[in-house]
Amino acid sequence: MSFPWAKHYAPKHPLMQWIDSRLPLPRLVYSAVGAGYPVPRNLNYFWNFGVLSGAALAIQIVTGIVLAMHYAANGLVAFDSVEHIMRDVNSGWMLRYAHANGASFFFIVVYLHIFRGLFYGSYKAPREMVWLLGLVIFLLMMATAFMGYVLPWGQMSFWGAKVITGLFGALPVVGTPIQTWLLGGFAPDNAALNRFFSLHYLLPFVIAGVIILHIWALHIPGSNNPTGIDVKGPQDTVPFHPYYTAKDGFGLGVFLFLYCAVLFFAPNALGHPDNYIAANPLSTPAHIVPEWYFWPFYAILRAFTVDFILPAKLWGVIAMFGSIILLFFLPWLDKSPVRSGNYRPAFKKFFWLLVIDVLILGWCGGAPAAEPYVMISQLAAAYYFAHFLIILPIVSRMERPLPLPNSITEAVLEKHGNAAA
Amino acid sequence: MATLETTDTPGEGAGDGVRRRDFINIAAVSFAGVGAATVLLPLINQMNPSADVLALASIEVDLSAIKEGQAVKTIFRKQPLFIRHLTGAEISAADKVDPSSLRDPQTLEERTVDGKKQWLITMGVCTHLGCVPLGAGEGEIKGEFGGYFCPCHGSSYDTAARIRKGPAPTNLEVPKFAFKSDTVVQVG
Repeated sequence: MSFPWAKHYAPKHPLMQWIDSRLPLPRLVYSAVGAGYPVPRNLNYFWNFGVLSGAALAIQIVTGIVLAMHYAANGLVAFDSVEHIMRDVNSGWMLRYAHANGASFFFIVVYLHIFRGLFYGSYKAPREMVWLLGLVIFLLMMATAFMGYVLPWGQMSFWGAKVITGLFGALPVVGTPIQTWLLGGFAPDNAALNRFFSLHYLLPFVIAGVIILHIWALHIPGSNNPTGIDVKGPQDTVPFHPYYTAKDGFGLGVFLFLYCAVLFFAPNALGHPDNYIAANPLSTPAHIVPEWYFWPFYAILRAFTVDFILPAKLWGVIAMFGSIILLFFLPWLDKSPVRSGNYRPAFKKFFWLLVIDVLILGWCGGAPAAEPYVMISQLAAAYYFAHFLIILPIVSRMERPLPLPNSITEAVLEKHGNAAA
Repeated sequence: MATLETTDTPGEGAGDGVRRRDFINIAAVSFAGVGAATVLLPLINQMNPSADVLALASIEVDLSAIKEGQAVKTIFRKQPLFIRHLTGAEISAADKVDPSSLRDPQTLEERTVDGKKQWLITMGVCTHLGCVPLGAGEGEIKGEFGGYFCPCHGSSYDTAARIRKGPAPTNLEVPKFAFKSDTVVQVG
């Protein structure tokens, strides 16, 4: 694993020697996230978001485990048990707000992590497996977040569960039986709530497992870097510890500061007020929306309004899942051998267009399903697919990239020299 | 594979190319596969609706109190059910429509039972995204076709609960139902 000049673990203390020769766990940690793991010396702050995602998962697991000590997954009492946590349980209000906002912050850092990878070409050879495992983590996160949002059993929980499981109902022939099977009934009820709780507790640990694979796959070629060029020798790297543990530590501090600002001063800003109304199967909220981090996908789902061979609703479902499945093919759609967007003038412009496009989709997904939002989401959804299926393959073929530096060190020194002059 | 070939000693193969060890291998692994698949069945099946959920899968409703022009909302399979006593005007309005002009072509006859055309029994679940349409309760708006109106995305249903306008793909679902007597209907 990693580069030949990586330092080897040589414990001095007899106790560590004793442990290491029997269970080489200290050795594993040393060469994975310690001084024995050489990392490109030029990583910028966008490389913090992997560690921040891990920190967010840790926050979710810790707060989630304690919340589960007070929550009751039963349709009759679930809503009340959440209110019990908010009003009666010691520090319960803080733990629940930490968990609810933790989910939002988890998605914020993961989205930044994904766009970092998109800009710097981190999905390209030899890191395709890192990218694919990352997408698996993202899908697991979405499933976990959706099921977690159902647990408080408020109006948005209930109707969100109904709409999302209804997506499976759009499949021809097998749709309705699958929906009934997923819910364990004909509409969301106790059976659905219980199984969602069970899976909501399980999936974060599955995510943790896939994260280990993600990091393992990353450590074979080592981290990408802002120039996108390969590490050529020891002068291009610094040890992970203390250099990047310190840099990640600083980033973590900033992250926690922003997280706490929302948690303590605007804990409901990212939630929907209707979820403080208990679930009522006989009354639909006027405007059903998922949590903000699903809005771009919700906009794609609703962008289809015309039946064309298949019903419009099914097209929406296909497009929504397709928008993520598509990303699995990205390493083979972008054929440019240059990784970093810094050296790809045309790609760089289209990258920022994609960012704007996804923001527009997100804005439409949170808006009511009426004009002009429907038309805008149709255009934005079309552009999303065009970016990956048409623009990227053509750009990677036509574009003339800027000259690459000879080495990471050269790029660093040149930048430093320019700054000094 | 090379090691397998070296173990292929004469006498074990009986000359037909099939070795006893291959047979045992395939048989054992297949049998274990069948066993694993069999164990999977109850693990998947446990997620289907349980007996108590299915026990509520049919209900009986007494219609005697529902006057002409009135409708009731009740619950069938944990979802709203609309039972509507159509007026003569509503029936003729539904009959006047040419079914072939509809998105989901059906006549009122096809959606009710013979001789009980005035009893329109449908799920109160919009076929678009599952909201509960308005129009069954006293004073609720019925939409421009006089049937039901879904406030979520503006689907309008007519007096036979057929989709006439808006994004819903199909008519409101008619559940399986049968009259047990003149005034009692069993749904499900």
